[in-house]
Amino acid sequence: MGILTIGCYPGLVGNMSYDFCLKLADAAVGKGHKVNIWFSGNATGSIKSHQKHLKDYSTGEKHLQALIAKGVEICTCEACTVARGIQKTEGIEGVQWNAMHWYLAKVHASDRVLLIGGE
Amino acid sequence: MGDVKLAMIVQKPQYKGETSRLAITHAISYQTVEILLEDGDTVTPKLCFVGEGVLGIQKGQNAMELYGITSTESHMKNTLLVDLDVLVCKEDLDRYGIPEDAMPDADEMGADKKIQVVPYAEIQKAMEEAKHVLFF
Repeated sequence: MGILTIGCYPGLVGNMSYDFCLKLADAAVGKGHKVNIWFSGNATGSIKSHQKHLKDYSTGEKHLQALIAKGVEICTCEACTVARGIQKTEGIEGVQWNAMHWYLAKVHASDRVLLIGGE
Repeated sequence: MGDVKLAMIVQKPQYKGETSRLAITHAISYQTVEILLEDGDTVTPKLCFVGEGVLGIQKGQNAMELYGITSTESHMKNTLLVDLDVLVCKEDLDRYGIPEDAMPDADEMGADKKIQVVPYAEIQKAMEEAKHVLFF
């Protein structure tokens, strides 16, 4: 089995690229692959806990929690996250906080890398 | 595993979106990645600007005065200061009428590296040599 690292940059709401990242990760981990997800840019807004799932909007929280439970490593760019007013105490449990070198380190060990660009 | 070569390709103009800026900062972070890797392992990115990505990297920017944020020019200087290879597509600069001497340098900061204005074939070669290609 391989290692897949996904860089996810789009925001949670406003397009379905973020949703695609999470579903792709779920499919890959379901096939037995090791998966890492790096959030940067607007995607970092998705790690805030207590999201309310209104039917008109995408939600990330329950999907992120399910992926973490399956062993997917998820990390948010700390600078991008605090720039959006989100503190560590407000984040979803299990999401790691680090700097951009976390992504490069995961890329180093990966068989495949995807970067899903943001806005 | 040794060294892993990356090609980071910037296709979007600076200031219009965030990811074009993030490409630069992600590339610069190669300098500290070793703290998360095994001894002897390294990551070597090449930062390449193509298409609309060549827009907004020229010298003479006043982003701090106008927007209160760090300019892309200063980020470009930092890439040179940390010895990154920075390639800018010559054909795309020509297409937008941007002269090569509009590219910033970091000579005053003591950088040895300079921005390399190269034919697209050189950027293609960088992508072929890389283990992973990241499009920003």
